[in-house]
Amino acid sequence: MTSTSLRAILVGSPNTGKTTLFNALTGQTARVGNYSGVTIDRRVGRILGLDARVGTAPELVDAPGTDSLSARSAEEMITLRAVLGLDEADPDLAIVVADATRPQATLYLAVQVLELGLPVVVALTMADELEGPGPNLERMSRHLGVPVVQVSARTGAGLAQLRTVVQIALKTPPVAVPLIDWPSSVLNATRQVATALPTTWLGAEPTAARRSALARHALLSIDEEDELEDIEPELRAAVYRARDTASEDLDLAIVQARYAWLDHGANSWKTATHIRSLTEQLDRLLLHPVAGFALFIVIMVTLFQLLFTGADPFITAIEAGVGALATHTSSMLPPGFLHDFAIEGLIGGVGNVVVFVPQIALLFLIVGFLEASGYMTRAAYLMDRIMRACGLNGRAFVPMMSGFACAVPAIMATRTMSRKRDRLLTMMVVPLMTCSARLPVYTLIIAALFPPDTLFGVFPVQGMLMTSMYLFSMVIALVAAGVLGRTILKGPPVPLLMELPPYRMPRLGELLRLVWLRTRQFLTDAGTVILGFTVAMWFLLSFPALPEPVGGIVALPEQEASEWQAQKLEYSAAGRLGKAIEPAIRPLGFDWKVGVGLIGAFAAREVFVSTMGMVYGIGEEVDEESPALRERLRSEAHPDGSPVYTPLSGLSLMVFFALAAQCMSTLAVVKRETGGYRWPLFLFVYMTGLAWAASLLVYQVGRLLGFS
Amino acid sequence: MPPTTLDDAALMEIVVVSEIRGHRSFRCRLLELGLLPGAKVSKTKVAPLGDPVELEVRGRRLSVRRSEARQIHVRAEGTETVLPSAPGSQLGERTVS
Repeated sequence: MTSTSLRAILVGSPNTGKTTLFNALTGQTARVGNYSGVTIDRRVGRILGLDARVGTAPELVDAPGTDSLSARSAEEMITLRAVLGLDEADPDLAIVVADATRPQATLYLAVQVLELGLPVVVALTMADELEGPGPNLERMSRHLGVPVVQVSARTGAGLAQLRTVVQIALKTPPVAVPLIDWPSSVLNATRQVATALPTTWLGAEPTAARRSALARHALLSIDEEDELEDIEPELRAAVYRARDTASEDLDLAIVQARYAWLDHGANSWKTATHIRSLTEQLDRLLLHPVAGFALFIVIMVTLFQLLFTGADPFITAIEAGVGALATHTSSMLPPGFLHDFAIEGLIGGVGNVVVFVPQIALLFLIVGFLEASGYMTRAAYLMDRIMRACGLNGRAFVPMMSGFACAVPAIMATRTMSRKRDRLLTMMVVPLMTCSARLPVYTLIIAALFPPDTLFGVFPVQGMLMTSMYLFSMVIALVAAGVLGRTILKGPPVPLLMELPPYRMPRLGELLRLVWLRTRQFLTDAGTVILGFTVAMWFLLSFPALPEPVGGIVALPEQEASEWQAQKLEYSAAGRLGKAIEPAIRPLGFDWKVGVGLIGAFAAREVFVSTMGMVYGIGEEVDEESPALRERLRSEAHPDGSPVYTPLSGLSLMVFFALAAQCMSTLAVVKRETGGYRWPLFLFVYMTGLAWAASLLVYQVGRLLGFS
Repeated sequence: MPPTTLDDAALMEIVVVSEIRGHRSFRCRLLELGLLPGAKVSKTKVAPLGDPVELEVRGRRLSVRRSEARQIHVRAEGTETVLPSAPGSQLGERTVS
């Protein structure tokens, strides 16, 4: 990237097809990063198809979609910062996207960008959805003072013209400050605030237009309750003073003057009203009080069934592949440290990362489909009342449901919410949902410790217990959301204010792009942390090493080899740690061997099963269906002869697994999504603390009631 | 009885915004979305659970909660009643056109 290349920025309201246009303009050159400090995608690409004689293809930045540049939080401030180039070089052109089917609603943002005195080209998207002639582009262009091009990114119509216009505009910048009739109260306030504007906002050579536009921005954005960061105290004071001394309501006066100017022009370009006939008909069905909810449940169950079953063959294949790789590597390396490190640490670690890919890819295919089709917003609309009761955003529904499959992709799916607080709250409760990694643990405990009887002759005990664990996790997650949302993550009440977009057929190319993007982000960021954790866990479980028996472990008969493994585990750091935590878990009904299993389960919950296999000297090649392991659990006794595993301690163990944050991959992905160790640490402490307290309650109350 | 807030308005009834009340951040966002005094607005949908509701203004469909719809004060189309003055609404009845 040379500094000589020109830069354009793409801004527009949500649901105007901005990202589709971005993809159409930049093609394969698009790259995705993050805006500093917030996890909002920052897409950058190069505008393809321009005349090669102009030099390097200009850069295009896709700014976050917004209806207005006014900002009340650091996240909302990003669009303005991007438009002004406050964190990098100034853009040479702003391409403002508006919806051709409803320009009067979506051009408000264009007015704000024009006020800043920046070179602007307006792209009217959704041309293919127009029913009728559409707005008179020549008149619109005359009123706005800048070029207007009508495009359809889906059909490709108008794209060539847009490229030509952009190319010309990059050479001769079209700047036209709108002649808005500001009332004197606004003019006075603007003058007062303009003198207090920081130079970081104004840039090197601020124009008068930029100065007053930024003053109006400050007047609309800043107040006693905003969540903006880094606002200079002088600017704050100036805004408060200007507002206090104003002769009228400045908010209303500023917005009204902008719309009056826009509407004055709209009289000349008159548009046909957009009839959303298909959307209206679909909504009559999909948002119907009875049919709508029934279809909602059918759609969700189908999609999540797909998530469970669709990813399974791929997961099995990956596990088989990793296993084959391990066997192959094993045959090439001499026995010893390097051998074990390569097989169990490295290859195991890579396997732990790659195994998430099928579910992540599939979930983002689903989320992408729901978003692009317009149904995600409907799901939020349908569920808002229920979710709001627990302090959650309506859009948290899909991540919460995905949590039943796996918390890792579910946490990544919280990106469908724009507000940081809503995302955090969802991330903090999603890991409580019964993910598929808990199933082997529950299966083992239930099958080993509970009789295959029926209750009252109808309800199978084992099936009821499994169902109860699912219900328990859902109730706890909702209660936790309610509590956290009223305490630690308490935020000012936020209005819903969402727009139900027209239904649109998602485009496969864009869905696959999203899937690839999220998968790559997972592999590069969370993946490295998971790999590191796996290696660390391997060290804990293997060192300090017990001296090998004479002639090596291969010389021993199978039975003795398994027992030697059990001794080795006991001798290792994890074994010692298991013993060290025994006093803490004894009141929950667990002994140190369960403690070792709990530590092993931190790598991933299902590892509990194989760790218990090792602890009891049955070998690590056991699974939850293994009769030997079940038998061993039933016969395991405390030194005093009483059984370790009883239905009560089994229940306590299941409650512990339901609540504890025993998944380093989840913590790694929370770290990645929140950009620090604070929230994963909080998640670990609160969940594990909750698990300990709940298991203690179950076990001790159970004993008081006479259960064993 | 004519509706006084959007919450009272009948489904698909076209009414005119007279004033937006409520928290400043909420009020500013609605104003910027075009819910200005004088703007025509109608309630287009009610969610199956009774909340939220959808409104249409300037060809844009917005879903708001009923508690928020109660902050959107309206009057019947064609009437030009002067509201009792509420703080910060001196411009309340200037129509935009």
